Amino acid sequence: MSKQTRRNFIKTAAVAGSVIAGLPKKTDAAPKNILSEDRMGVLVDTTVCVGCRKCEWACKTAHNMPTTPLESYDNREVMKKMRRPDHTSLTVVNEYEFDDYPEFPIDVKVQCMHCDHPACVSACIVGAFSKEENGSVIWDSSKCIGCRYCMVACPFQIPSFEFHKAIQPEIKKCDFCFSRTKEGKLPACVEICPMEALTYGRRKDLIDIARRKIELYPDRYINHIYGETEVGGTAWLYLASRKFEDLQFPKLGNSPAPGVTEAIQHGVFAYFLPPIALYALLGGVMWINKNRKKSEEGEE
Amino acid sequence: MEDFMKPTPLKTKYFTPGVIVIFVFATIGILFLLARLFFGLGAVTNLSNQYPWGIWIGIDVAAGVALAAGGFTTAALGHIMHKEEYHAIVRPALLTALLGYTFVALSVAMDLGRWYYIWHPLIMWNGNSVLFEVGMCVMAYLTVLYIEFIPIVTERFIGRVSLPGFLSVLNKPVDSLLRILDKTLDKTMFIFIIAGVVLSCLHQSSLGTLMVIAGPKMHPLWQTPILPLLFLLSAISVGFPMVIFESLITSKSFGLKPEMKVLSNLGTMIAPLLGIYLAFKLGDMVIRQTFVYLNELNTASILFLIEIIFGIIVPLRIFISPKLTKTRAGLFIGSALVILGVLLNRINNFIIAYNPPYKFTPYFPSIGEILVTLGFVALEILLFRTFVMIFPIVSVPQPLTSKTKFFIRGK
Repeated sequence: MSKQTRRNFIKTAAVAGSVIAGLPKKTDAAPKNILSEDRMGVLVDTTVCVGCRKCEWACKTAHNMPTTPLESYDNREVMKKMRRPDHTSLTVVNEYEFDDYPEFPIDVKVQCMHCDHPACVSACIVGAFSKEENGSVIWDSSKCIGCRYCMVACPFQIPSFEFHKAIQPEIKKCDFCFSRTKEGKLPACVEICPMEALTYGRRKDLIDIARRKIELYPDRYINHIYGETEVGGTAWLYLASRKFEDLQFPKLGNSPAPGVTEAIQHGVFAYFLPPIALYALLGGVMWINKNRKKSEEGEE
Repeated sequence: MEDFMKPTPLKTKYFTPGVIVIFVFATIGILFLLARLFFGLGAVTNLSNQYPWGIWIGIDVAAGVALAAGGFTTAALGHIMHKEEYHAIVRPALLTALLGYTFVALSVAMDLGRWYYIWHPLIMWNGNSVLFEVGMCVMAYLTVLYIEFIPIVTERFIGRVSLPGFLSVLNKPVDSLLRILDKTLDKTMFIFIIAGVVLSCLHQSSLGTLMVIAGPKMHPLWQTPILPLLFLLSAISVGFPMVIFESLITSKSFGLKPEMKVLSNLGTMIAPLLGIYLAFKLGDMVIRQTFVYLNELNTASILFLIEIIFGIIVPLRIFISPKLTKTRAGLFIGSALVILGVLLNRINNFIIAYNPPYKFTPYFPSIGEILVTLGFVALEILLFRTFVMIFPIVSVPQPLTSKTKFFIRGK
């Protein structure tokens, strides 16, 4: 490369620069994150839920997952331990007993919260997750490579992975019954709930309902709708009679989970300017240093 | 150094007792990898829905990328700053980076649930994903590293191509192909060298951004929005120690005299780099007031202190001293501490700091995970040994009769 002339250097550097600059910023493959005004949600009233776990059965049935018969769900033994949704059940109900009201345990249904600004959608390397118009956050098996970054990113620790499978392991999480709601049906858990603890509706209507409930029964509910503002808002909203931390809800801020990383990411890659500037700077330094060497050699 | 130093393939017996031990480790690692491929991640690892990432990501990938930083730091020093006196270390550093990144890619693939879809990010893009950016940069940089290595191959084989058996008819075409490659790359190598440095800066920092999205799941001692800057600074400061460490080991293993002058000069550059890293690390701690977490005595706070004291402050002290930097022991211990410090930092960031809200059993790597990690390191060492015996990588003094001038591609 000692024969390299200045003109050549500039020419090749320009070509290289334009190749880098020519890369598209985003392609059609980027994941959808639609925030429709009319997106749906579910309001969970934990003061109404009796922990019958029929929602668990309905969920498995709707998703063609193996399940024991419905009667077996009357057995409350399993609720003695905290459970988490996994590849065998996309939703679980946990029960919490408190010393001040031992006869009235609180039951909490757990599933994907379907965030308005989902960390999984932002994090997924191949854009396999998307926030749909009806509020569901769904996963596309045909794209997923099984890296499990969604699990690292999710603030609610929801996506689960089939670690036991060598071929085509899947990420399993509640899909808000995407295929059922598309046909106009209710999500399976909402449909079966005998206590009407789950209310399916437009998210903004649900917030109004929840506010009204708190207003009417200030002794029954604490003044907090979990999911209204947490990580920028979630489709699933919760009402409870006591602090949500006591019911093992994670304490989260109000800014969307992917906010900071996306700001850093798009800052570093703003129109590809910073990388190109660095490239040009290094090229300049390299050129100056080489010429200095050459002129020193010339003087000798 | 009155002698001409010229990169030359090293001649020695391949198998020594030490190499045989390393060979055994490599074999065991491969066996566990096969088990992972046939029976799934769950069969070999302790990963769970609570801890989706383990040491295969924390050590093999994150620390692997950091410890391969010698490649771009010496490229910047030797080619961009154009310091010819360091050319002797550029090739070994390039080979370390090449092998390091190859194994990073391999480790990522083995950690993917669907490893056979590793090509998906090439056509399925998500510009918001930090992992996507890291993946693309690493793929591009790996390509650049292989291109940067081609001149070494052409230097070794031009005029010396002799394929076995009936393939010998291809000798001529292969030779002319090598010559064309050599000529083209001679003119264009600077593009790749600069690209390599830019790509490295990008993904070394983005590797830090990776964990920022975990938000409150990550221990506040490590969770900071300047994590990408800290990752970049630590990668830059571990580059030269890695080159020194590996150069000392190579000379020991092949019975060569280490080039103390070059290595000592390299050593004097480490202190300011470590100093900047330390300043940002402590500044971040003071500004976010996370030092309160050091009051509690637990795994996180102890490992954080070890990382800072033994990984940064002690080696900083060693490299500040001109006397210690001139000794082999000083260089070796100082470099080893920086390397262990950065290794611990990556483990801390990806594993220790990760604290999921719901957990049943804490994560500790399984025997399989540990043996695969060791197996990868062993394989890397074996390949390094193979490469320096085939290709002209390590510079050795030449007899003065030889008229060949000191010569490296990509100047």
